[in-house]
Amino acid sequence: MYSSTVMDHFHAPRNVGDLPDADGVGNAGNPISGNTIALHLKIADGTVTDAKFRTFGCAASIAASSMVTEWVIGRTADEAASIENDTIAEALGGLPPTKMHCSAMAADGVRAAIKDYRSRHGTVRKD
Amino acid sequence: MDSTPFPETALPMASTYLDHNATTPVRSEVFDAMEPFFRDRFGNASSIHRFGQDARAAVEEARAQVAGLVNARPGEIYFTSGGTESDNLAIKGTACARKADGRHIITTNIEHSAVMNSCAFLEREGFEVTYLLVDENGRIDPGQVEDALTDRTILVSIMHSNNEIGTVQPVGEIGGIVRARGVCFHTDAVQSAGKLAVDVEAMGADLLSLSGHKIYGPKGVGAIYIRKGVEIEPTAHGGHHENDVRSGTENTVGIVGMGMAAELAAEERESEFRHLSEMRDALEARIRVEIEGVRVNGHPQRRLPGTLNVSFPGAEGESLIMSLDLAGIAVSTGSACTSGAIEPSHVLLALGRDPRTALGSVRFSFGRDNTMGDVDYVMSRLPGIVSRLREVSAASAGQVPV
Repeated sequence: MYSSTVMDHFHAPRNVGDLPDADGVGNAGNPISGNTIALHLKIADGTVTDAKFRTFGCAASIAASSMVTEWVIGRTADEAASIENDTIAEALGGLPPTKMHCSAMAADGVRAAIKDYRSRHGTVRKD
Repeated sequence: MDSTPFPETALPMASTYLDHNATTPVRSEVFDAMEPFFRDRFGNASSIHRFGQDARAAVEEARAQVAGLVNARPGEIYFTSGGTESDNLAIKGTACARKADGRHIITTNIEHSAVMNSCAFLEREGFEVTYLLVDENGRIDPGQVEDALTDRTILVSIMHSNNEIGTVQPVGEIGGIVRARGVCFHTDAVQSAGKLAVDVEAMGADLLSLSGHKIYGPKGVGAIYIRKGVEIEPTAHGGHHENDVRSGTENTVGIVGMGMAAELAAEERESEFRHLSEMRDALEARIRVEIEGVRVNGHPQRRLPGTLNVSFPGAEGESLIMSLDLAGIAVSTGSACTSGAIEPSHVLLALGRDPRTALGSVRFSFGRDNTMGDVDYVMSRLPGIVSRLREVSAASAGQVPV
């Protein structure tokens, strides 16, 4: 059902937690009836230097959340904001079709966190 | 070189199987009874020659064995491909046969998907379906059925026991009310057989569904009880097999297996009930003490003996199942038939659970080969798994206004 990369990130998720001094926080998912992610980013000089997450959800959601923290650290805010919905699925070695929304949720979390960062730092852009 | 198409290495090391409501292994007595019919005793039960008559005798013996399990006459048992087909046949077959008398059907909001989706199909065909709402323990009050009956009602279909939460319905009282009104009463007893007394007379059932693989028989075979004199229209038309109720060459191998499984289930029901109850009660008690914030779903007393459905708020069901699987423990979230979907269980929502709590629920279902050692093993792993997933979800869950 899941790739070995998914199972690895599910079983031993990286960067679980919160960043009390986060520069951007992104919440995504469906808090009423589905999976949710809370993604905290530390950003210095326009580059993501740290990331932590909390996720309620299935194995794919937890694995995608873990993977997105690894993916986003070291990227610029612009690079992070341009994440595609299936970027994390590809990094995980693929997800079943019914689980692609988990990859999209992780991407939504990144976009929301960058948006929050920009609004705090007065750099909101019009797309 | 490995020449087997399904090498055993494809299976995980799961050693503690607690998913018997999904399916059970074929027990060795059943396998031994079936084996000759694969090859040596291969006849078609409809053939006149001795090969056919040998198979016919075996099918009829199995029919008597299944009849014995539910206190029916052998002539009232018809073999099908399983519980789903039996449910479809009962509901669509009655609707088709009795539509001139009315087009109203009564069922509940926690039925198995085979009943739910058969009723949904009939709604699209112009039938009216009343879905009675269960209480917080999953029970229907017989008075609800009485109130819902109209002079256009042709069928009431209410399951004996629920596959996800184990709640047992007062089918005896319901059957009495329904039959007094001249309406046909169907009950899905797929999960009850072998665990509870299933007696078509005590239940007042006109139609009753059974499955082979839930009682240590093979998959791909089931049965339907049809009370003598009750007419239903077949859903599969063909060569008039099974007294023209269900055409298709008899699955002799499966039927023989189901017959043996039914005979053993009837013999061992009472000891099985005690064995399953003891393990389930022990697991339930330990979960309540050793894990915070849990909620047990289903009726506290009127419940299948081996079924335990628990919500672990803050942990999601699939994550729980996969973590338990990695620890060698096989369980499920409610009905395996819906596990491909993302929606929370319709049964848990029907009890009034919020969607997130419903998503964080696990069903443990014990079987005859389980021991108290399995309870100990589960409790050596489950608390840590729940707390790890709650840790992963902590702040995210905090977003939800409670």
